[in-house]
Amino acid sequence: MKEQQYNTLKDQITPKSPIAINCLKAFAVGGVICCVGQAISFFYMMFFDFTEKTVGNPTVATMVFIAMLLTGFGQYRKLGQFAGAGSAVPVTGFGNAVVSSAIEGKTEGLVLGVGSNMFKLAGSVILFGVVSAFFVTLIKLILVSVGVAAW
Amino acid sequence: MSTIGFTFLVAFVVGGLICVIGQLLMDVGKLTPGHTLSILVVVGAILDGLNLYEALINFAGAGATIPITSFGNSLTHGAMAEAEKHGWIGLLTGMFEVTSSGISAAILFGFIAALIFKPKGKVD
Amino acid sequence: MVIVFQSKPSILSSGVVVGPLEKRSVFQTYFDKISTDERLQKDSNEKGNAVLISDACQIILNKSNLKNLDIDYLLGGDLVNQMTPTNFAARELAVSFIGLFSACATSVSSIVIASLLTELGASDFSIAGASSQHNSVERQFRYPVDYGGQKPATAQWTVTAAGFVLVGKHQPKLPYVEAATIGKVIDYGATDPFHMGGAMAPAAFDTIQAHLKKRSQTIKDYDVIMTGDLGKIGLKILIAMFAQSGVKKEDLSRFRDAGAEFYGEDTAFLAGASGAGCSAAVYSGYMMEQFKSGRYKRVLLVATGALLSPLSFQQGESIPCTAHAIEIGMG
Repeated sequence: MKEQQYNTLKDQITPKSPIAINCLKAFAVGGVICCVGQAISFFYMMFFDFTEKTVGNPTVATMVFIAMLLTGFGQYRKLGQFAGAGSAVPVTGFGNAVVSSAIEGKTEGLVLGVGSNMFKLAGSVILFGVVSAFFVTLIKLILVSVGVAAW
Repeated sequence: MSTIGFTFLVAFVVGGLICVIGQLLMDVGKLTPGHTLSILVVVGAILDGLNLYEALINFAGAGATIPITSFGNSLTHGAMAEAEKHGWIGLLTGMFEVTSSGISAAILFGFIAALIFKPKGKVD
Repeated sequence: MVIVFQSKPSILSSGVVVGPLEKRSVFQTYFDKISTDERLQKDSNEKGNAVLISDACQIILNKSNLKNLDIDYLLGGDLVNQMTPTNFAARELAVSFIGLFSACATSVSSIVIASLLTELGASDFSIAGASSQHNSVERQFRYPVDYGGQKPATAQWTVTAAGFVLVGKHQPKLPYVEAATIGKVIDYGATDPFHMGGAMAPAAFDTIQAHLKKRSQTIKDYDVIMTGDLGKIGLKILIAMFAQSGVKKEDLSRFRDAGAEFYGEDTAFLAGASGAGCSAAVYSGYMMEQFKSGRYKRVLLVATGALLSPLSFQQGESIPCTAHAIEIGMG
């Protein structure tokens, strides 16, 4: 059977991703996670003296802590299978990527295993975050210096 | 009370929509999670460059600060704030001032998790 | 490509050791030992994989009343890089060792080489087989097991299992190896590592056709043609390929797949089982029993393997695959 013919057959038989349902699930779970974050923000603002500007830090740290527990107890994996981007896109997904890689590397010890492997999934997010921030600011700086834009 | 309810609703919808964009990138674009999240982070940075992300945070609260896009926003925001004050040097020093919580938390808790947990090959 | 064994080397015994999750397999009564710990009480997944192998070999030795000194060759492989679990198990067994890598097709390629050594008169007793351990394979090829990634319906679950057989000179009333086909590497441009069945089906098709042609046989000459781990969807694709090539509907039911059946209808395992241990466990345990009980007289076992590496995938390469076949008769 020729390659072209085979790939047509393969595409016919292979079930398609249920895109609509996946998006619905991602929407729902992503929305809920953000609401949890909102609740945590309110908690910190009410009881701890944080303002809307400064509450981001403890909120994110708390969300990552929760992600660590869910990851360690094997629950984030189940959430991820269900929600897809709904659990990968929030910052908890970042935490899950780092924590799961760290746990996996444990068998090679803390230095060679955990240390070297921890960012194998999340590293690209950090890299592109930093690099894009640099270039966006650079472009803005140039535009402001030239007088085309304002801060 | 109704404003708190409304805050949650907006957070839910905006956060959910950003996740849907991610889901489409993965399902339709056939991108890996790594590629998808990297793209979203860059989008967050660009939106802050255009002065749009802070407005989104004011509107949606956690719906904009919790998705990974906020990471790109924080980094860019810190860099731009410093660049505005100190020019070219500020560009370099401002980068990590505002985002340290996300990365530090992930590092610290990842380390602790590695001490406590063992990976289990469980299926649902 | 096709080898005919005049001396008909026999499958004298088998040993199958699996992990705790494999208790959910429909073949569980055909496993010799089900471990309660996926790491076999070792402190790493890879070390546990090695114990799976050495335990399976020890079961063979116990069943056949042999010592490791009586074994001429140990042949085997797994999916971890450099096949370290098999290497370390070979260290424990202290037997002449040939390590093989055919990915998930190693279960059959090892038996082929063992049969050749037996046919040559170079071996009285050889142990051949393959194994896989779920966590170590996920780490090697995909994501950390606790990572919240979303697997599609075409994804398969790597089993934690080791399946080995004892190959020796022909003996009556035991299954024997009559012929074998060593597969070519077939690549139809598949790029999705979560759809291995779709990548491997062309290789299975090619090997089966080559075997049937050279042996002047048709599908009807076999009670069953069982592929290794095409999974539920890959098996459908293979059957469709044979349907398109003119095979009648009633003959298509002779096709089975170890991976598609391994966990039964349990949807948690998506498209079914995979891994070098999947075909190894089912062929060595369940299949050999079907011969001894008289249910089957002639079977073609076609183990399929995807010859990719994490690096090849990242470098934008497609997934080349192969399939090795052995024709087992009952004598």
